[in-house]
Amino acid sequence: MSAVPTTSPPQDDTRRRSPLAEVLFSLLRSRTFLVGLFIVLFWVACALFGEHFAPYDPLADDIINALAPPSAEHWFGTDQIGRDVFSRVIVGSRDILTVAPLATLLATVAGTALGLLTGYFRGIVDDVVSRILEAFMAIPVVIVALLAIVALGTSKATVIVVIGLSFAPIIARTVRSAVLAERELDYVAAAQLRHESALHTMFVEILPNVIPPILVETTVRLGYAIFAVATLSFMGFGIQPPSPDWGLSISSNYGMIGGGFWWTVLFDALAIASLVIGVNLVADGVHGALND
Amino acid sequence: MTSSAKAENALELRDLSVAYRVAGRNRAVLRNLSLNIRQGEAYGLVGESGCGKSTVALTVVRYLPRNGSISGGVISLDGQDVMKLDAEALRRARAESVSMVYQDPGKALNPSIRIGRQLTEIFELGGITGQAATDRAIAMLNRVRISDPPSVMQRYPHQLSGGMQQRVAIAMALANDPSMLILDEPTTGLDATVEAEVLDLIAQLRQELSASILFISHNLAVVSNMCDRVGVLYAGMLVEEGPTEVVFNDPRHPYTVALLRCLPRGGQRKDQGRLDTIPGFLPGIGADIKGCAFADRCALADDRCRTELPPLYDLSDERGKRLSRCFHHDKAQALPRATPSDVATAPKPATAPVLRVAGLNKTYASHGHPLRAVKDVSLDLRPGETLGLVGESGSGKTTFARLLLGLVPPDDGGTIELEGKALAPKLENRGDDQVKAMQIVFQNPDSALNRSHSIRHILGRALKRLAGLSGKAQEARLDDLVRSVRLTDRHLAVKPRQLSGGLKQRVAIARAFAGDPRIVVCDEPTSALDVSVQAAILNLLADLQSKEDVSYIFISHDLGVVRYLSDKIAVLYLGRIMEIGPSEEVFSGPHHPYTEALLSAVPKLDQTETARIRLDGEIPSATNPPPGCVFNTRCPRKIGPICEQQEPPLAEAQPGHSIRCHIPYPELARLQKAAVTEPA
Repeated sequence: MSAVPTTSPPQDDTRRRSPLAEVLFSLLRSRTFLVGLFIVLFWVACALFGEHFAPYDPLADDIINALAPPSAEHWFGTDQIGRDVFSRVIVGSRDILTVAPLATLLATVAGTALGLLTGYFRGIVDDVVSRILEAFMAIPVVIVALLAIVALGTSKATVIVVIGLSFAPIIARTVRSAVLAERELDYVAAAQLRHESALHTMFVEILPNVIPPILVETTVRLGYAIFAVATLSFMGFGIQPPSPDWGLSISSNYGMIGGGFWWTVLFDALAIASLVIGVNLVADGVHGALND
Repeated sequence: MTSSAKAENALELRDLSVAYRVAGRNRAVLRNLSLNIRQGEAYGLVGESGCGKSTVALTVVRYLPRNGSISGGVISLDGQDVMKLDAEALRRARAESVSMVYQDPGKALNPSIRIGRQLTEIFELGGITGQAATDRAIAMLNRVRISDPPSVMQRYPHQLSGGMQQRVAIAMALANDPSMLILDEPTTGLDATVEAEVLDLIAQLRQELSASILFISHNLAVVSNMCDRVGVLYAGMLVEEGPTEVVFNDPRHPYTVALLRCLPRGGQRKDQGRLDTIPGFLPGIGADIKGCAFADRCALADDRCRTELPPLYDLSDERGKRLSRCFHHDKAQALPRATPSDVATAPKPATAPVLRVAGLNKTYASHGHPLRAVKDVSLDLRPGETLGLVGESGSGKTTFARLLLGLVPPDDGGTIELEGKALAPKLENRGDDQVKAMQIVFQNPDSALNRSHSIRHILGRALKRLAGLSGKAQEARLDDLVRSVRLTDRHLAVKPRQLSGGLKQRVAIARAFAGDPRIVVCDEPTSALDVSVQAAILNLLADLQSKEDVSYIFISHDLGVVRYLSDKIAVLYLGRIMEIGPSEEVFSGPHHPYTEALLSAVPKLDQTETARIRLDGEIPSATNPPPGCVFNTRCPRKIGPICEQQEPPLAEAQPGHSIRCHIPYPELARLQKAAVTEPA
């Protein structure tokens, strides 16, 4: 007996990478993720340091050069009051990249809490909360935004709250279904057999195990949030002038397309599209890495 | 096939090497494996999980996963080199000459296609269509003893029981009259009674068909009943081979010897001695093995074993051709025990029961009908005693355990008393002391341990909540606890997924013992583990019991395991206790006809099969139990209308031994004695 130990170290196992390292490793090998990350990081850099490498002040007008087509001097041309479109596109990422992530964060936090609650308690709690969330999901974001702006006035905070709360039910639904599956596992029964509180069981036992689906849903939602912010700004409910925000720029210039001044709109539109695509590529990559 | 004359061997593997590519490295799984299966022969392949058994099966039809590759050797099926077949010929070989039956029939059948369509599809591949295919399908189902094939063909797989599904899977495998049938753990997920039926079926089919069989199983007893010859696989190498009976009765490799010793056999009990174990672990796949692969775990190993690979010694004698890959094959059976057998047991003083259950019921609602999962269960349990709960799946074992623990509230009326105090039906309403006094070890440690938490967190939290310890005191107790389940400090920092199944189950046991419980429910704690690990866990449970004087409620479908650990047995059928009594009396009989059938269904290693009693049909639905005695629809000893009209009481036959049967006890004794003496 003493000659041979009954337990030897988990050989081999110690060399196994931790789950986090494994996910990072497979992310770094995913071309989808890397391309998406490159696009997103490009716009984040623009948002942070845009004014340092923008050739002109995005807000400075130059009436004499108004509506100049793209040229060596103004790569993307100028708008109706002669502002440099290229500089505006670069700096215009700032507001959308503040508002959309904050809105997504709010949606994730609220949605996760609601999802844990409904999935863990099930029964009457689930029935009541889920029906309310479904009713909420049925109202178009624009209507909610309109009402909120009437009530709260236009500000970035209003946009964050409106988009955050509109997206929360969607995240809640994803979290709920993950929690429903998790809750059937025996470690939850084991927690109950220790008389753990519901809060402990939900947030300490279950939450860490449902992080992967939450992460995926959050990145997907970020793409939609960017789109939603741009839409609201375009409609005048979102980011307010004089910000060089993309949606806002398109809104104030789209009347010019008929006159052939396409450059006042096209580059902002491409910027929105590229950011949304970038975020979605990242979301795809994360989804792939977590579901391998 | 073009060759009309059959080759001598149905399957021949020569120097087969297979590797899996993992994390950029090729890791050897099979190492120069050679074996032959003769025409019409049944060959068993045994070994612990991770030995490469299933890889052999997949390699034969070149069906390895994408990261697997055959790095050398020859596979010939019926004289045909499988490695040289082109895609079309390989497809034909798979369709016509080799068939496989997998472990989980639920996954092998397409859930959205009717059984009939799945069967006729196979005939259509062979060019038989329409009514002819349907007729063949019906004939096939008849062949696997499915009654009323036309109605079964209209059903979807989920509408069939596990045993029926496996019969259908076997029918599909036999559809093209294959020359080679590969069975990969075909009965592992099935109840003992169903397993017995499926094994009987396979044995009968062997006589009707010419197919050779490769039978892969971790269950030595099943292999010993089914196969002519057996090969023992270890780390991808054949370590011993020979006629089944000879190998199991006179093993010549220490690994075979050790495997056989891990099993509780011949009614061995915890107070008669501990089971032997195999120390250490199987080498990981792709491990660099110098010398004998088993040397690290073998007490006979010397320097030569560690440096030089032993050849396959030919030990053929008048009992048949046999091989052993061991330098010390002549003294393999003298392998010293890894775990001392001796136990110190003090006779237990008769004390008041720690648990008393009276009139416990649980009714679920199922589509508007009441489903009586547990009906009128009463029993008691003394300190330090083990109550074994046995019965087929669906008999209410697990529901009963959950009622005790308070995870599920029972119907009104029944009482559960712990140390003389009534327990609230709901867990939330029980006192902290009551909760910590009753804990559970779940069947599946992957589900029972939170995969996001470290072992230290899992056990620390249990100590905090169940023992009320924190800080230094918790640290100290944690050390004791970890040592008492024979883990070490090294295991504390890791997450569950980094531990093997056996180690995870030790953590689960430690967690259950954190608060010095009075009763621990063990719900199939070893069913997911290999025999060597199972032995170590059973020993651990027995040791903890004698040290802590804790009572167990031990649920298992493995009667050998239940017998080893239990002092008392309760046999459940459709939520009712059919028989309860001291373990030895229940096992040795006279017993309830249901118990008799359960015992008879267990495949035995020593082939001392006496009377074979097989239960027909399936366990009836609990929403609509048969009138009278619930067992009357399947009972081989049914005596008449009384069985269908009147439910027998659970009557005391001997002091402490009660049986729910209309047949009087002396009559049962006479009937069952007769069954043992006269050959069936």
